[in-house]
Amino acid sequence: MKRKILSLTLAAAVAASLAACGSSGSTSTTTAAAADTTAAGGETEAAAEEGAAETEAPAADGATWKIGAIGPLTGGTAIYGQAVVNGAELAVNEINAAGGINGYQIEYNSADDENDAEKAVNAYNSLKDWGMQMLVGTTTSNPCIAVADKTMADNMFQITPSGSAVECAANPNVFRVCFADPDQGAASAQYIGEHKLATKVAVIYDSSDVYSSGIYTKFAQEAENQGLEIVAAEAFTADSNKDFTTQLQKAKDAGAELVFLPFYYTEASLVLTQADAMGWKPMFFGCDGMDGILGVENFDTSLAEGLMLLTPFAADATDDLTVSFVTSYEEQYGGTPNQFAADSYDAVYIIKAALEDAGATPDMSVSDLCEALKTSMLNIKVDGLTGSGMTWNEAGEPNKAPKAVKIENGVYTAME
Amino acid sequence: MKMAKAKKNFWQGSGLTYGMVILAYILVEIALKTDHMSSLMEGLLVPLCTYSILAVSLNLVVGISGELSLGHAGFMCVGAFSGALFSKIMKGSIDPTVSLVIAILIGAAVAAVFGILIGIPVLRLRGDYLAIVTLAFGEIIKNIINAIYLGRDVNGFHFSMKSEIELGLGEGGETLIKGAQGITGTPQASTFTIGVILLLITLFIVMNLVNSRTGRAIMAIRDNRIAAESIGLNVTKYKLLAFSVSAALAGVAGVLYAHNLTTLAALPKNFGYNQSIMILVFVVLGGIGNIRGSVIAAVVLTLLPELLRGLNNYRMLIYAIVLIALMLFNSSPKAIEMRERAAEWFKKKRQAKEA
Repeated sequence: MKRKILSLTLAAAVAASLAACGSSGSTSTTTAAAADTTAAGGETEAAAEEGAAETEAPAADGATWKIGAIGPLTGGTAIYGQAVVNGAELAVNEINAAGGINGYQIEYNSADDENDAEKAVNAYNSLKDWGMQMLVGTTTSNPCIAVADKTMADNMFQITPSGSAVECAANPNVFRVCFADPDQGAASAQYIGEHKLATKVAVIYDSSDVYSSGIYTKFAQEAENQGLEIVAAEAFTADSNKDFTTQLQKAKDAGAELVFLPFYYTEASLVLTQADAMGWKPMFFGCDGMDGILGVENFDTSLAEGLMLLTPFAADATDDLTVSFVTSYEEQYGGTPNQFAADSYDAVYIIKAALEDAGATPDMSVSDLCEALKTSMLNIKVDGLTGSGMTWNEAGEPNKAPKAVKIENGVYTAME
Repeated sequence: MKMAKAKKNFWQGSGLTYGMVILAYILVEIALKTDHMSSLMEGLLVPLCTYSILAVSLNLVVGISGELSLGHAGFMCVGAFSGALFSKIMKGSIDPTVSLVIAILIGAAVAAVFGILIGIPVLRLRGDYLAIVTLAFGEIIKNIINAIYLGRDVNGFHFSMKSEIELGLGEGGETLIKGAQGITGTPQASTFTIGVILLLITLFIVMNLVNSRTGRAIMAIRDNRIAAESIGLNVTKYKLLAFSVSAALAGVAGVLYAHNLTTLAALPKNFGYNQSIMILVFVVLGGIGNIRGSVIAAVVLTLLPELLRGLNNYRMLIYAIVLIALMLFNSSPKAIEMRERAAEWFKKKRQAKEA
């Protein structure tokens, strides 16, 4: 009897898995169909607009660009992935409404990688099944390295908005929007050294985080050249990121004038609060992950007064581009956009600029598009949210000036 | 007559399991050759093998030996890192497939050593206590690996637990293990064929162990420890054996995992306790002690979240609901009763037809 049941369940399971195999194609078509309808929505809008202005011939044949985005949409890092996916979507909608790229509309789709390398490869494959031609992603470093290898094998153009580890953009087909970790570390040390902010510096960093330890490593190397003395280098890990009093006490005892905090704003807000509780007021200096600290709930923003950070994007900037981006982001998704959203918004516009420079059309094969874009990336100059006059080199690294901002009277103020 | 019976048992038992895996392999190969497979499915083939091996190996501890272990991802992690490190060092100097085979042996050996080291103190505990200690072990492994920096230059290897700078690498040196970032640039040598071969070897080892004298001893200890001791079975020896074989096989799965992706980092997602529990879920859903069930459950539960991608934001929610439904269908007394009645009904109908 027992064996019967077993074989029955077995049969059911095998049937289920077979059915699952069979249906994989249809699942991706449903996604595509869903994307189609949204894109069609955009298209009618755009078509109406075009009708008013002029009808462009190429758009008539129905070909579209297919851009995919990947990021963690579930789990602990979902906030970054959501921002990337939303930012890219916003840019795609804007471009579609304005008539598309080279006269063709864009279809857009996104996939969840759960901040896991294996899942990221799955996400990439599912987007490939959908027909993706260019990839905006992935959001986080480790998945990005895994996916970059797959895009290289397929020769698909990839631009990562925020994968900051060096290896992310190591392949020739991968470009990036944000700074690489070492560049941020070096730039921070140079800034501190050149502006003579301090000579005795303490660093607190997250040793379990690639971003944080990557910045620290380079910062420490560059600090020597700049005549800075690192009097304390204290690490914490993702499992112990709530209490920083030990690290702060050590930094204080070592006589640090400035504390360098290369990590994200949630932990940074705790550091600032705990330093204040200790009655210690050194200078604090952060990187782009610090952007967003004024939006932390239950955080006394007056503690962030005087905090300096190097960031390519500040949501409170008053230039037209930023203002319009922030307004429409807030309208559509609620909440202030962070640097990740800005990076991916820029990434889509960078693809647009490169496609226009190459004069590419959607009927080109993925590999041909990649080759064309690789050449065009070296020619273009893009003014975006995260930098003006951005250019790229063959290594895929952006060339843009880091902006230093200081928090004064509760708002980001640009330092020269 | 006796021969025939033995043969029949083989085909109903382990033979069916091998047959199932080989059949699946043939079907997939045909689909691959005729280009009938989506990229998503193609990318999932190696992970499917990895998780099947993990589930089968954990079943040896949970099902056959009857101990609850929550540190299986830890052994996988040890195997993955030792294997990937070897391949990274050897990259370019020997053929990737040969390097993978050696890496698998190394991964299995290192994981087995860890299995024995952990097993000696830990197997003195039973039940919940054992579960908690193995859970702690998995977390310790993950955290230690996150702190390791290993580099190589002309002077040989450099090791540090602090930071990359401490390595003090000379000109032309390269960092092999980079702390939290782990190992990047492992050659991607894992293929579906290698995965299936490893799965078959795993099944062979586990099923032969179970059907051997040793396996019966292990099960006797599980069913009644005191009775087993009274007839002179060495409890510690047999438990340790099952535990370390299981660890070695998890190490093999780890090596396969590491050679499927270019990046290997010990994150909570892939080597944390969530992963250990996920493997336990495969075992429990497939039926504790049921080797074939473990393979099927691992395949179904790995495919499920990927095939639900079309549902976008509801994906994980639906996945959880399906998991609950499957568990209920498989294990609740009422559902079993219902299934039995359905089977009975089918049987009657068939008999009526035959008559």
